Amino acid sequence: MTFFLTLLALVVTLGLTWRYLGSYMAAVFDGRVHFLAFVERLVYRLLGTNPEQEQTWKRYAGAVVVFSGVSLLFTYAILRLQTWLPMNPQHLGNVGSALSFNTAASFVTNTNWQNYGGETTMSYFSQIGALTVQQFVSPAVGIAVAMVVVRGFARKGSSTIGNFWVDITRCLFYILLPIAFVFGIIFVGEGAVMTLAGTATIHDVLNQVTQTIARGPIAFMEAIKQLGTNGGGFLNANSATTFENPTGFTNFLSIYLLLAIPFALTYTFGKMVGSVRHGVALLSVMVLLFSVWVGFTSYGEHQNNPAVAAAGIHSTVGNTVGKEVRFGDTSSALFGVASTMTSTGSADAAYDSFTPIGGMGLMTGMMLGEVTPGGTGSGLYTLLIYAIIAVFIGGLMIGRTPEYLGKKIQAREVKLAGLAALVMPIVVLVVTAIAVSVAAGRAGPLNAGPHGFSEILYALTSQGNNNGSAFGGLTGNTPFYNIIGAIDMLLGRFAIMIPVLALGGALAAKNVVPESLGTFRTDNGMFVGLTIGVILIIGGLTFFPAVSLGPIVEQLSHGRFF
Amino acid sequence: MIVHLRRSITFALICMVFFGFVYAFAGTGVAQLLFKFQANGSLTANGSTLIGQNWTSPKFFHGRPDDSGPYAANAKTHTSGGDNPLLANGVSGQSGATNLGPRSRVLLADTKALVAYWHSMGVNPTPDLVTTSGSGYDPDISPQDALVQIPMVAKATGLSASSLTSLIKSQTHGPQFGFLGASYIDVLQLNEALAKMR
Repeated sequence: MTFFLTLLALVVTLGLTWRYLGSYMAAVFDGRVHFLAFVERLVYRLLGTNPEQEQTWKRYAGAVVVFSGVSLLFTYAILRLQTWLPMNPQHLGNVGSALSFNTAASFVTNTNWQNYGGETTMSYFSQIGALTVQQFVSPAVGIAVAMVVVRGFARKGSSTIGNFWVDITRCLFYILLPIAFVFGIIFVGEGAVMTLAGTATIHDVLNQVTQTIARGPIAFMEAIKQLGTNGGGFLNANSATTFENPTGFTNFLSIYLLLAIPFALTYTFGKMVGSVRHGVALLSVMVLLFSVWVGFTSYGEHQNNPAVAAAGIHSTVGNTVGKEVRFGDTSSALFGVASTMTSTGSADAAYDSFTPIGGMGLMTGMMLGEVTPGGTGSGLYTLLIYAIIAVFIGGLMIGRTPEYLGKKIQAREVKLAGLAALVMPIVVLVVTAIAVSVAAGRAGPLNAGPHGFSEILYALTSQGNNNGSAFGGLTGNTPFYNIIGAIDMLLGRFAIMIPVLALGGALAAKNVVPESLGTFRTDNGMFVGLTIGVILIIGGLTFFPAVSLGPIVEQLSHGRFF
Repeated sequence: MIVHLRRSITFALICMVFFGFVYAFAGTGVAQLLFKFQANGSLTANGSTLIGQNWTSPKFFHGRPDDSGPYAANAKTHTSGGDNPLLANGVSGQSGATNLGPRSRVLLADTKALVAYWHSMGVNPTPDLVTTSGSGYDPDISPQDALVQIPMVAKATGLSASSLTSLIKSQTHGPQFGFLGASYIDVLQLNEALAKMR
């Protein structure tokens, strides 16, 4: 019952956010929000850019790639040098080169895959100056790229698609910063830690236990970690820890925050292209798939854990292994689905210990390509890729040139969309095949049997989709997994982003074809169904064989333990 | 290209200053001003109410059987001793779960051993009491988890079962705002209240 109230509260709050944050974001990117104009002007002056001057898609893409490369180097350098940098009360050593490369790639691509335990690896300087910074910057890059595609549809015969520096500055200062700051304060009020004072040592006279407790500037990192669909926590156990996610309320706020921008961007899209109905259609695709996944994953987690049941304990409170008492089974499953379907990857429970069905819900949630609703920005632009493929297939069926929002979808657009849609499955399956073929890859899993394969598949799916959640039993901090994972993440980000930018440029240059009676409608239930079909065929069929070797076998192997 | 590079470096520096240090320092300032207790880790005389501890004496209610590691932030000063008589997985000084899969033989054996452990303490365990948490230091147990421990605590302390039941009831926190999360009891606070009764 309480779970249904939680879902209801989520629907109401996200509904309002969709409408109002959505239109606010449209205003920000249209340049109608000015309350920090003095900061904006200062940034533009330091950069030496004229905010009125727009870029072609090629220049825009160049800026995205060069800036991401510089961010990667900055992050890498800080991690490699942290011993000599200030704010290191625990005197932690420099981070190793392979791990630094993996971590830098991870935070720059909005993945936040973590092959380290934060409290024993990263100094406060690294957490703040390297990681939190990327938690702001990488979602802003994603949203900026999404805006290019949106403008592609909104504009007619235009050779330019916006100015990257203006888009990212506005996104950072007007959207991410104010929301993160407010929620950071709420998280602290609920009990999340925010101090620079180092560890605390406590002696309990009742049971004679002495504890050294890790602390740090956690709460505000938490806010942007969820809002920016980043997912990389300060502490190893992420949102399962009380210092990151202290109460049922913060757990709810976390789920809300990580869904807020990805859903709301569909309204922004509708508003900017002049047809909110088209935004609603995309939203419906996201919500329908999301609801199905919440349904069966929560069902899975409400079942007994097979091993615990075999030990003679029958649970009425679902699978408790790796879950926190204050959240319970279904809320943890909801968090898991929200986190995996948004490319966030934070965790308020140990996903590795989910039931086979629950774990499959999380894994397949990512395999759909992170579009339901996906990451900040990346969710919208990837879903638009699928929408273009759906329009193309629909057009073939009725024998007309496909159009979307009045733009003719021709060979170039379909090629670019096909490329962007195929990159992720190819990369993920190829690196998984490599990992299970070499000894270094097979050395990773903690668990035996099909679950061991699931751990490898999950890890490379998560990184290829820029999600960052894990079946945590995998030992990822090895040269093999650090490097193959970094390649997986970089391809999963930029090999999709660049065709997407090219697509935005190609669309912006086109003129609008007037709508006629024969035009294939792209704002009704038929189109929603077609798009869902495309997503399920690309994600579902591509990964079905791999998934059947992992969670499906595990579910079906009744009474066996590995 | 050179223009991109110059702007990228400048912008990366701006971001590091503003979205790293200004954000974190301003956040710490506001947090310490408004919520000093929470911001510093909810520390009380006997420990943080948010960090689980090792309770081995039958005179106290026990928490979940989390491993020994995650209490400590620093591997050097880490002192061992979790709730888990098995001392399961975990890197010392680091939060984390056991990450055992649902069809793991190790999980099966661990759970069996924990069931036997509780039976030897005269307790008929609930699922929470034989499974480890997500963080490795879950500070809470459910009301049911506390109720089943009454025979153990009553025998060791001589307190009546009914007084322990009412103690548990008084320490129970319902779901937040009536619907968010699950009912829980903070083990440290429960045991502090229990110690006062003796």
